[in-house]
Amino acid sequence: MIPDGDMPWLDATGPDSALVLSTRVRLARNLKGHPYWGRNSPEDREMIAAELADAARTMPSLGNATMYRLDAVSLATRRWLAERQLVSRDLAGLDPSGHVRSAAALLLGRGAGAVINEEDHLRLQGLRSGFALDAAYDVTERMDREFGVRVSFAFHPSFGYLTACPTNVGTGLRASVLIHLPALVLTTEITKVLASLAQVGLTYRGLFGEGSEALGHLFQLSNQVTLGKTEAELLEHLGRMVRQVMDYEHRAREVLRQTAAVALEDRVWRAMATLQHARLLSFEEVVNVLSGVRLGVTTRVLPDYPLATLNRLLVLAQTAHVAQSFGVRCDAESIPELRATMVRRMFEEVGRP
Amino acid sequence: MVHLTQVIGEDVSTMHLCSKCAAERGIETEVAVSHTPLGAFLAAMGTGSPGMAAAAATGEACPQCGATLDDFRASGRLGCSDCWVTFERPLRDLVRRAHGATKHTGKRYEAIDTLTLSATEQRERDQMELEEQLRLAVASEHFERAAELRDQLRVLRSA
Repeated sequence: MIPDGDMPWLDATGPDSALVLSTRVRLARNLKGHPYWGRNSPEDREMIAAELADAARTMPSLGNATMYRLDAVSLATRRWLAERQLVSRDLAGLDPSGHVRSAAALLLGRGAGAVINEEDHLRLQGLRSGFALDAAYDVTERMDREFGVRVSFAFHPSFGYLTACPTNVGTGLRASVLIHLPALVLTTEITKVLASLAQVGLTYRGLFGEGSEALGHLFQLSNQVTLGKTEAELLEHLGRMVRQVMDYEHRAREVLRQTAAVALEDRVWRAMATLQHARLLSFEEVVNVLSGVRLGVTTRVLPDYPLATLNRLLVLAQTAHVAQSFGVRCDAESIPELRATMVRRMFEEVGRP
Repeated sequence: MVHLTQVIGEDVSTMHLCSKCAAERGIETEVAVSHTPLGAFLAAMGTGSPGMAAAAATGEACPQCGATLDDFRASGRLGCSDCWVTFERPLRDLVRRAHGATKHTGKRYEAIDTLTLSATEQRERDQMELEEQLRLAVASEHFERAAELRDQLRVLRSA
C-alpha cells in the first residue's frame, strides 16, 4: 500500500544500529513568487503543489514516487503516514479540529520523500537506517539539486535559502539522529548530557516530538543552528557530538553492569515477559518495554532478537497500524488486546530463547 | 513536581512526577533548555532589538504579501520571501541571535533571478554588511580594521 515497503530505515542494518535506530535529514525550501503558509490562498497552494509535482515527475530521484494528497486520502491513511513520521500530525490533520490543509501533499519514494505545502512550500527528507548522516544528506541533496533546476527557489545572497521561520533559514538543513539512551536515563546522567547539547548548538526531542522525552528512552538529537555554517560543517558537528553521546551511553552501561547487574537483568527480563505474555497493551507501554528489551539484546542479557523487529514495532504497534493489520477501525475498543496479540505473535515468530 | 502531558496517537495522558522520577525519565527539570529559541527571541524583540522595535513602530507592511512585523511577532512566521528583504535589518538581528551569524556560507543557489536588487537595495545591503563587520572588528578589538571600515561606511553613506 505504501512504497516505503518494510520501512528500510528501521531495518537495523545501518552503522551503529545497536544505539542509533535511524537518521533523518530535512531541507526546507520555498518557491519564489508565492506567499508562505498563513498568507497564501488555496489557489496559491494548488499552484505550488502542481508546480512541484510536475517537476518531480521528470526527476530521477522522485520520478517513481507516489503522490498522496492529504486532503483527498482517508483519515486512516493520514494516520498511517503520520505514524510512520512521513508527515507531521499537523499536516495530516490529526489535531482536534481534524482539518486538513488544502493541497497538502506527500511525494514518497523509497527512503526519500518531499512534503508539499507545510510551513514551507517544500520539505525534502531523506531517511536512512542507523547512524548515517552523510548517506541521508546525499539522498536529500540530490532531490534538492534536481528540483532546483526545475523550479525557482527563494534564495537570498546573505540569508541563503529563505524559510517561513527564521530558525530554519540559511541551509534549511535539519539533521536528526534517533538514538536509544537507556543507561544514561537510568543513571540520571542524561540531564547533564542534554543540557550540554544545547550549549553546542544542538537540540533534542523525544521520539514523538516535544514533550515525549520520557518515552522509551529514545531521543532525536539534531542541529539547532542552520545558518553560518556549511551543510558539511553542520553534519560533521552533529556527528561528532552524537559519537560523544554514544560514548557516554556505553560508559553508563558499564557502570550499570558493575553496580546493578541483577537489577538490570531483572528489568530486561520483565520487559521481555510483558511483550511475550501481556494480553492488553497500550502503545506507550510497548515503547517503554521495548526499551528494556533493546537494552537486553544489545548488552547480551537476552538472546539475539533481531533489532529490526524491535525498531519496526515502534511503528507497527501504533493504533492505525494495528487497526489496519486486523481490519478494524482505529477507534475500536479491542485495539489494546489486538496490539498485545500482534506483539506476542511477532515474538513467537522471531524465535524462542 | 513535574506535570507531563503526552499525546500519542489518540491517547492523551498526564503524569505527575517528582523531580527525581522526572529525571529518571529523562525530563529536564533543573536546567531550562529552550526547545524553541524563537519564543525567547520574539519575547526579547521589543526590548532587546532596537531595529525590530523601530520597524514595528512604523507599522511597515511587506509590499508583496502585506505582512507586518506585528504579524510576524504574533505567528513567528514570515509571510513570504519578500518579507526577508522588507524586514532585512530587524531580521538580521534576530538571525544573529538565533544562529550566531548572519551570513549563509553553505550551498549557493544559482538561479538568483529570484531577488534582483535595485542599486539602492544593493547599497543598503553593502552598508549593513559593513556595519556588521565593523561591529565584529570593534568587539574583537581590531581597531585599525574598524577605522578602515568606518571610512568605507562614511563614503557609502555620502554617496
